[in-house]
Amino acid sequence: MSRAFTPKVVTANSLLEGDAVWLTEDDRWTKVMAEAELIEDEAHAQIRLLDAQARAGEVVGPYLADAREGENGPEPVHFREEFRTRGPSNYAHGKQVERA
Amino acid sequence: MYQYSDFDEAFVRTRVAQFRGQVERRIDGSLTEDEFKPLRLMNGLYLQLHAYMLRVAIPYGTLNARQMRQLAMIAERWDKGYGHFTTRQNIQYNWPELRHVPDILDALADVEMHAIQTSGNTIRNVTADHFAGAAADEIDDPRPYAELLRQWSTDHPEFQFLPRKFKIAVTGAEHDRAVTRAHDIGLRMVRRGGETGFEVIVGGGLGRTPMIGKVLRDFLPVEDLLPYCEAIVSVWNLLGRRDNKYKARIKITVHEHGVDEISRLVEERFETVKAAFDGTAMDLLEGIRAQFAPPALPPRGTGAYDAARDADPVFRAWADTNLTPHRAAGHAIVSISLKKHGATPGDASAEQMRVIAELAERYGHDEIRISHEQNVILPHVALDDLPQVHAALKAADLATANIGLVSDIIACPGMDYCALATARSIPIAQEIAERFEALKIEHEVGPLKIKISGCINACGHHHVGHIGILGLDRGGVETYQITLGGSGAEDATIGEKTGRGFGAEEITGAIERIVFAYLDLRQGREETFLDAYRRVGAAPFKAALYAADEDAKKDRADAA
Ligand code: SF4
Repeated sequence: MSRAFTPKVVTANSLLEGDAVWLTEDDRWTKVMAEAELIEDEAHAQIRLLDAQARAGEVVGPYLADAREGENGPEPVHFREEFRTRGPSNYAHGKQVERA
Repeated sequence: MYQYSDFDEAFVRTRVAQFRGQVERRIDGSLTEDEFKPLRLMNGLYLQLHAYMLRVAIPYGTLNARQMRQLAMIAERWDKGYGHFTTRQNIQYNWPELRHVPDILDALADVEMHAIQTSGNTIRNVTADHFAGAAADEIDDPRPYAELLRQWSTDHPEFQFLPRKFKIAVTGAEHDRAVTRAHDIGLRMVRRGGETGFEVIVGGGLGRTPMIGKVLRDFLPVEDLLPYCEAIVSVWNLLGRRDNKYKARIKITVHEHGVDEISRLVEERFETVKAAFDGTAMDLLEGIRAQFAPPALPPRGTGAYDAARDADPVFRAWADTNLTPHRAAGHAIVSISLKKHGATPGDASAEQMRVIAELAERYGHDEIRISHEQNVILPHVALDDLPQVHAALKAADLATANIGLVSDIIACPGMDYCALATARSIPIAQEIAERFEALKIEHEVGPLKIKISGCINACGHHHVGHIGILGLDRGGVETYQITLGGSGAEDATIGEKTGRGFGAEEITGAIERIVFAYLDLRQGREETFLDAYRRVGAAPFKAALYAADEDAKKDRADAA
């Protein structure tokens, strides 16, 4: 029996600033994970990753990260991905202040 | 301190111009990331979790005031107002934008600094004893040799694509403050008869497979330093396991082939390469040495110092903890703690950097050092100037009296910044320091080195911490594994794992139990934590750590 596919988002770092970005359904790179496209189908995930890899002028190192449906959109599953939505814990720097 | 020659200046400027072109070509799409990545790494530019990170070399940890001010300027202009000093005596900026990096490198070049070979499979920044040139137990200042090694290894055509990175540390003192036994090559200055030379240690390293280095030569004459190092690196360059990045470091090569075989190959190679070194390097060394001439330290009284000690208990506590004897009477080596309780280990704000620069200029003969323990050193300060120095440090939040104590924790950036991390280190260090500050017992506990790494790469040197903490990802949860009894000094030892790891919310309590167990069993204040551990072994500490587990096991057994 094949294991159920864990939903994914496509994520990367932006080329110029280096911060975390996510791919939206309408092909934008967003700084807000909740706006990302939540991908529930494995084959589609691979295609979206290929799409992302073709945009090497905008981002670096795209990959598929596990995600789940949250109240406002996709949410991280793993703590590393959660930190990427927020920034470091020792200073109020990065996304946690950009969003405020 | 060393002054760039015209050659150095031209070399660094050319590299900046080259990198500027590379960045432009990456942005306009003419270079792919695969093409650009090795180029940016050669210039110290990483891509981390939230941003790029620029690692700037501080050769053998030595800076002057002008350089420190420039580091402050860079932090303010292109970063978020601070920098992070690392266990390799470097500084890292956590937030530069790609477009600005060439400007930052130009600003560094203005003060004879750069980021070359701070990454990649090359010979990295050569580190040295942070008390070099001042310590009372020193045979000779190791920095001229470190500078010679830097010149030899920078852009060395044979060593730009090594099997893996390569790290060299040098000390000129008896007491090893440079962790020489955990480096690819460790050089310890020794005397034989009237001659000064090096004990050459090879194949030490931490990371996934921690190893204590082995002595390859017990006495290497100074004039053989470069050809011998060249022989070592070139033997490893051929033998090193390029098939497996986890087995590529020289420690594994030495382990797989045995130190005797490596020694045979190195000696053989040494005979060949020696001929190419015609003595030019020794002439160069003389010139370099002159630039490291110690400052004149005329005798001074100690009246003001003694009076401050008597009058001010805060000053006295700081002096007792943060000063080290200087070889010149009436002077001291000042360690400035970047470990204020609750602060990020190794971070300094631009403002703090400026205060340190000012103090170095006014009271410290324009000399600053960065220690691998992530603190800042003023190596030559007159005792009578210390009350003023202390007051200025206090006003800048830099007067924490905790050098060598529980809260003087080494912590790598961990998962707050580092893309390789498996867990966070900084919040753990902050919490432990705050806990012991609240308990008010760290002076009572005495010397105790805690070192934390956020992954198996061990940038936080956890293996050689008296107490080491390694952050891991266990099933999607940050988990911390403890090692005990490690040492990075001349009696270098790899710490032993205690048993199961602890969750983030348990780890501070676990460390507290270890420290209280030590206080209970030590034979007096003179018996340090490490001495006590060596006397009694791990058992009492494990009992303290896992008592609750044992109780639970018993309860389960009783219930069954
Ligand atoms: S030890 Fe690991 S987490 Fe810490 S800085 Fe090194 S690579 Fe990053």
